[in-house]
Amino acid sequence: MREVAAEFKNPVMLYSIGKDSSVMLHLALKAFAPSKPPFPFMHVNTTWKFGEMIKFRDETAARLGLNLISHTNAEGVVNNVNPFDHGSNVFTNIMKTDALKQALTEHGFDAAFGGARRDEEKSRAKERIFSFRTANHGWDPKNQRPELWNLYNARVKPGESIRVFPLSNWTELDIWQYILLEKIPIVPLYFAKMRPVVQRGGQWIMVDDERLPLNPGEVPEMKSVRFRTLGDYPLTAAVESEADTLETIVAEMLVARTSERSGRLIDHDEAGSMEKKKREGYF
Amino acid sequence: MNAIAMEEALDTKALVEYLASHEQKSLLRFLTCGSVDDGKSTLIGRLLYDTKLIFEDQLASIEKDSKKHGTVGDDIDLALLVDGLQAEREQGITIDVAYRFFTTDKRKFIVADTPGHEQYTRNMATGASNSDLAVILIDARKGILTQTRRHSFIVSLLGIKHVVLAVNKIDLMDYSQDVFEKIVADYKTFAADFGFETLQAIPLSARYGDNVLTRSEKLDWYKGPTLVEHLESVQIDQDQSEKPFRLQVQWVNRPDLNFRGFSGTISSGTVKPGDEVLVAGSGKSSKVKAIVTYDGDLARAFAGQAVTLTLEDEIDISRGDVLCAIDARPEVSDQFQARLIWMSEQDLIPGRTVLVKIGARTVSASVTEIKYQTDVNTFAHIAAKTLKLNEVAVVNFALQETVAFDPYAENHDMGAFIVIDRVSNLTLGAGMVDHGLRRATNVHWQALDVNKATRAGAKGQKPVVLWFTGLSGAGKSTIANLVEKKLLSLNHHTYLLDGDNVRHGLNKDLGFTDADRVENIRRVAEVSKLMVDAGLITLVSFISPFRAERQMARELLGPSEFVEIYVSTPLSVAEQRDVKGLYARARTGEIKNFTGISSPYEFPENPEVIVETTETSPEVAATQIVNFMISNGYLDSDIEYII
Repeated sequence: MREVAAEFKNPVMLYSIGKDSSVMLHLALKAFAPSKPPFPFMHVNTTWKFGEMIKFRDETAARLGLNLISHTNAEGVVNNVNPFDHGSNVFTNIMKTDALKQALTEHGFDAAFGGARRDEEKSRAKERIFSFRTANHGWDPKNQRPELWNLYNARVKPGESIRVFPLSNWTELDIWQYILLEKIPIVPLYFAKMRPVVQRGGQWIMVDDERLPLNPGEVPEMKSVRFRTLGDYPLTAAVESEADTLETIVAEMLVARTSERSGRLIDHDEAGSMEKKKREGYF
Repeated sequence: MNAIAMEEALDTKALVEYLASHEQKSLLRFLTCGSVDDGKSTLIGRLLYDTKLIFEDQLASIEKDSKKHGTVGDDIDLALLVDGLQAEREQGITIDVAYRFFTTDKRKFIVADTPGHEQYTRNMATGASNSDLAVILIDARKGILTQTRRHSFIVSLLGIKHVVLAVNKIDLMDYSQDVFEKIVADYKTFAADFGFETLQAIPLSARYGDNVLTRSEKLDWYKGPTLVEHLESVQIDQDQSEKPFRLQVQWVNRPDLNFRGFSGTISSGTVKPGDEVLVAGSGKSSKVKAIVTYDGDLARAFAGQAVTLTLEDEIDISRGDVLCAIDARPEVSDQFQARLIWMSEQDLIPGRTVLVKIGARTVSASVTEIKYQTDVNTFAHIAAKTLKLNEVAVVNFALQETVAFDPYAENHDMGAFIVIDRVSNLTLGAGMVDHGLRRATNVHWQALDVNKATRAGAKGQKPVVLWFTGLSGAGKSTIANLVEKKLLSLNHHTYLLDGDNVRHGLNKDLGFTDADRVENIRRVAEVSKLMVDAGLITLVSFISPFRAERQMARELLGPSEFVEIYVSTPLSVAEQRDVKGLYARARTGEIKNFTGISSPYEFPENPEVIVETTETSPEVAATQIVNFMISNGYLDSDIEYII
């Protein structure tokens, strides 16, 4: 992180409000203490995030005095782009990938921190820690800069940028253990609670607000659920759970036989879907 | 974790203990390397599968894919678990470095899966740079291949001291002891000089899991550890804390006027408040006041910790400086010898200016000499003028500023560097410092009483290089001649260095290859620098086709001492003029490497002056240049010029 702050003119830390972002933010506070992190934080808001996430985000920014930018694809809002009418693929493309590119271009950020980990998904296992993006935000997995030792080549031309993944070598267990050890605040959605949900395609979807169209015969029921990963509420499935403390969450995770991104509906869209999204500029 | 351990984990007390033990586990980073189809990805898939790190949904997805891409019939193809990128999945080969994570009861592991492909050797070096151990795979059917030798060489080059020789696919050789022993004996013969501290050979089958996690009955003649047993127990000497203190300053921490701290990760040694530390470059010293962290000040900090130090005295320290122990200093020099791995399609040409990033310092540098190239297959030393992709050599580097370093063998953080292209910003190579070159520290500049300013003042002019670049036949020499005549008539002191003339004398040993062109320009740039020092207005008329060398000349001189004049003529016009008949001969192939025909010309992006010869006569062009010199203060302004 210090390398980025020292070498780039205008870095930004992407803040997705999830547990990985919380850890990354905590590391930034540590890396620059007693200074504050010398860059702004940015949240790409699809407008479909859980209400509790937005609340947590605003509280965190206020508590730490962070410079927080929230960006939404205005064009997408005008066209009412949503996961139901447009499908998760088109929705993600417009409200996340395009929105992110817009924001990076608009603010002229030349480096952006992301909380992705190599253990999450196969194409992420091959990411560099400093990942070069063209002026169009494209990623070419066949033409990555070699990354040796801890020597990061941070040089870019105007318009080009680098995505930086400081948590690359962390595993899900490491993340939870660190949250526990450092007492890092996280969004309450990670803890089990009675919440209104409907069952779709074998997964529990939370009815976070009245915008979720109910299919014929669907009636929201109250269940004790929690989330292993957080995104847009119509696209993020909950798991049935009673775990309402960090310790019980970690215990559940240790016995889990399903990987964490399986709750992310977008990864299943088509073969190699994550890699394709990344080439197009998704994180 | 097995089922019993999971149930225990549900018990909170046991959980806390489990987490504590997880936290205390040591971490081993290793890489797997071998040739195409030796089964690296299968082996990693097997490790993940046997250590229960494959989740149900991932397994289901592999089963689906095994039917589509799999190469093992109806079985689950474990390689599909680790071969991440779509393109390579379709080709059936790994093309990049993939990092995988697994844990046993004793250790945590990060595995770098690196390619067996010849053209992707650079990725292997990348994986090796952050590993403590290498698992070198050998296909029992094929024995030791050229690539096995290459990979072992790179592993040793990057200073890895622990090697596992995994003789895979032993199932296909009927689990034969003889086959195994022959391969091990062959390997030991050529790897004898590689300085490996441990070398463990294990016969195994990644596909069936023999000797990976569990011991195999079919290999009962083998008495050594299984792969996982060995990885769990091998002792890796990681204690950097006992070496002398080094901290490479990454960032100067200045939240307000009252606090000035120096942030970085301690690469070796320990530090505590009160310790006297030294800035390696300037030789200034001070005492450590405090070790500041987010969680409060520390009484002592060790190698590997990222900290911020404050000092008792205000001394000049910036990013890239090295703080060190006062009684054990690193070398400080602007020249060193290093081993270099070239990783770019673009050749290494000695003399060409590049950037070197060592620690947190990035400086302009160039290779002054390729001492010898090492053939990675035979390990023979061969003479080389340039280096191509994947070639390895011992070279001398000259840097534009002094830097602090230790030999790579003693301290990886202090001796490792990368080479970056100044224009494209690509990483071109990776290097490891052997030692500094004493010459640089012993040859001091002579301070002279008569200097550049005195000499120039006596001549009533500001010395400058007028650098004419353009295609052959563009009219560079004609215009330069006219400019020189005009300056002479104004009583100025000049000298004209012409490409053809210099090649008859000073540079008569040089040809027209890219490497020779670079050297040609380097010498001319150095000569013009001396002439500027002599106070002369120096005209240089050289094709000088490459941007990098013109930039090098510019940087050699002081600010505003270099004026780039682009004599612009379309190729077709220059060819039509063909004053010396050279284009005709180049077209027939009689002259090779001719700029514009068979060798590139990189036009200047921001020249100070552009002369369009299709629109301007040489006479007018010369006037344009002299006018430029007057209006930019190169000629004394109190003389009235009539030109």
